[in-house]
Amino acid sequence: MTVETHQTEPWSVLDTSGHLRPDERVPSGDSALDLRRAYRDMVLARRVDAEAIALQRQGELGLWPSMLGQEGAQVGAGSALRPQDVVFPTYREHAVAWCFGVDPVQLLGLFRGTTMGGWDPRERNFNLYTLVIGAQTLHGVGYAMGIVRDGDVGTGDPERDRAVLVFLGDGALSEGETNEAFVWAAAQQLPVVFFCQNNQWAISAPFSVQSRIPAAERARGFGFPGVRVDGNDVIACHAATQEALATARAGGGPTLIEAVTYRRNPHTTSDDDLRYRSGSENDEWEGRDPIDRLRLLLTGDDAPERLDDDFLAELAQEEQALAERLRTGCRALPVPSPEDPFLHTLEQMPADLARQRDEHLAFVAAGEGDHA
Amino acid sequence: MSTALAHALNAALRDSMEADDKVLLIGEDIGELGGVFRVTDGLAKDFGEDRVVTSPLGEAGIVGSAIGLAMAGYRPVCEIQFDGFVFPAMNQIITQLAKYRHRSEGAVSLPVVIRIPVGGGIGAIEHHSESPEAYFAHTPGLRVLCPSSAQDAYDLLGQAIGCNDPVIFLEPKRSYWAKGDVDTTATPLPIDQARVVRPGADLTLVTYGALVPTAVKAAAAAAEEGRSIEVIDLRSLSPIDDATIVASVERTGRLIVAHEASQTAGLGSEIAARVQDQAFYSLEAPIIRVTGYDTPYPASRLEHDWLPSLDRILDAVDRSFTY
Ligand SMILES: Cc1ncc(C[n+]2csc(CCOP(=O)(O)OP(=O)(O)O)c2C)c(N)n1
Repeated sequence: MTVETHQTEPWSVLDTSGHLRPDERVPSGDSALDLRRAYRDMVLARRVDAEAIALQRQGELGLWPSMLGQEGAQVGAGSALRPQDVVFPTYREHAVAWCFGVDPVQLLGLFRGTTMGGWDPRERNFNLYTLVIGAQTLHGVGYAMGIVRDGDVGTGDPERDRAVLVFLGDGALSEGETNEAFVWAAAQQLPVVFFCQNNQWAISAPFSVQSRIPAAERARGFGFPGVRVDGNDVIACHAATQEALATARAGGGPTLIEAVTYRRNPHTTSDDDLRYRSGSENDEWEGRDPIDRLRLLLTGDDAPERLDDDFLAELAQEEQALAERLRTGCRALPVPSPEDPFLHTLEQMPADLARQRDEHLAFVAAGEGDHA
Repeated sequence: MSTALAHALNAALRDSMEADDKVLLIGEDIGELGGVFRVTDGLAKDFGEDRVVTSPLGEAGIVGSAIGLAMAGYRPVCEIQFDGFVFPAMNQIITQLAKYRHRSEGAVSLPVVIRIPVGGGIGAIEHHSESPEAYFAHTPGLRVLCPSSAQDAYDLLGQAIGCNDPVIFLEPKRSYWAKGDVDTTATPLPIDQARVVRPGADLTLVTYGALVPTAVKAAAAAAEEGRSIEVIDLRSLSPIDDATIVASVERTGRLIVAHEASQTAGLGSEIAARVQDQAFYSLEAPIIRVTGYDTPYPASRLEHDWLPSLDRILDAVDRSFTY
């Protein structure tokens, strides 16, 4: 039997030439996306990414997973959040972190090898990066169960109702835990939105290794709606996420959003992507760049808001300052102490671990730092 | 011929696949990319995608389907991308793979090999530097192997694939590019025999994997102080070759066990228990463990201090000789 492979075009309102197609699903008024702000967020987040890559090349970071090309999906989703919502990211959501107010310098510590985390997840409701594929999907589910039990769903109070936004990649769709998360979310109609950035590749595995149908179509089988959206169209991504989050906060249950996009850089700075994919594919996607698109719209004749020269000049300055802050901030990240690994394992350090710690600290202090 | 350990593994896979068309590989990114460490480099091209399967992203799927393939008469070799990512497969490994021979009263063997790059020291982020061997060694029904040299990598992987037991095959990732001579025609040591890599008379130092070269250096440094250390490379972490270790301790009277994995309930504890049981009257000093601490693996900026080092081993040698 052949599987019908649906080639349904993802939903898009802003095309590559910057033309905006009117669509009633795009929110207006108060809940409309602030386009200039979205532009600024994408540009600055891209700069964070570029600086981090440069820092890795200079040996300041061990590794960096670039999100180049995924800014539309991430800023679209990130700007649909309310402060009381909760985010469960993978390791690539640098632009979501940016939108949610996480200091980008804090993103660097994990990759610099100075910390195992980098920020207090409770401060901004932005949880720690999760490297184990799929694990965070269930955490999002459990958190949403908590929200339900707290009564913070479906009250109609915009300050109170909360939802969880879980990020995952296309590769993560294959992990059992992800599928368990979908089952749980559906069975309990939980206030959770799964935002899958289908960037076409899970390291060297193309999407076809994970699925014969678009990711969004899987949702139906689990019993909740799936939406397939152009991940390089920040307006559509925002609209889709906002609607899904609104449904979740109102008690309407989960949604799976598949944002169709492309990872334009190698998987991480350690990867060599030309071993498994062609550069021309990359060029093709560069032509669908999310930032270019919005710039064309906002500098074109029918611009709903305009990127004037002042705005652009200010943004360029902001970019410079941000880059500088990342460079100095990265080098100034606190160097961990030899005691750190021993802390916070259990609430109270067991006596034997304290003994190990003392032995270790004495050893380090003795300066016997010659290692084989 | 001098060969990198990773290339020796590649050669063992290739030779096993050539010798037996039931051998097939399954894992994430092992096709065109050759795996993130390139251990399967070129194999997809030469043996085709039916025998070098780039799997969907799911470790339970990799091991679970390998079990089914083995039931169907194949000899699957799984690759888990990093030590920290084997855990989604633990259910399949512990409740199914390790027990099936026993449950079928020997009727069905599952010749599945699970290759896992292990250990730290490469400046990686979390979940990429783990030493999970004790979980497997604690599980009856599995063999656990860990080569430290290119020669043993070649020999043991070939033996693992040929073996009818399930084998957890741990590859010390910071040794992947260490070179050594490989003779593919020599008769290998038996699969479960430890290797005395440096003979000595005064103290026995047992270790495995990436710490073997460190242990040999420690022995060389101690020799300058007139102490003769015998270094034993365990190679098989389960079953453990008690005979080689006990025979050594009976001559030396002293034992240090070193491993990167954290201390509590680790391989060092098990070896110490066996030696005090079997060579109690030979011991002249307490058995000392030089191991990773009982903490999560630390941020990479700290790993060099945290990992058992030459100095920590020599320090333990000094302590042993105070008795
Ligand atoms: C459980 C687990 N298995 C394997 C890996 C190794 N790994 C890291 S990223 C990755 C691919 C992830 O692809 P996808 O989910 O599409 O996300 P993307 O990296 O494209 O953002 C793999 C296999 C891992 N981190 N966790």
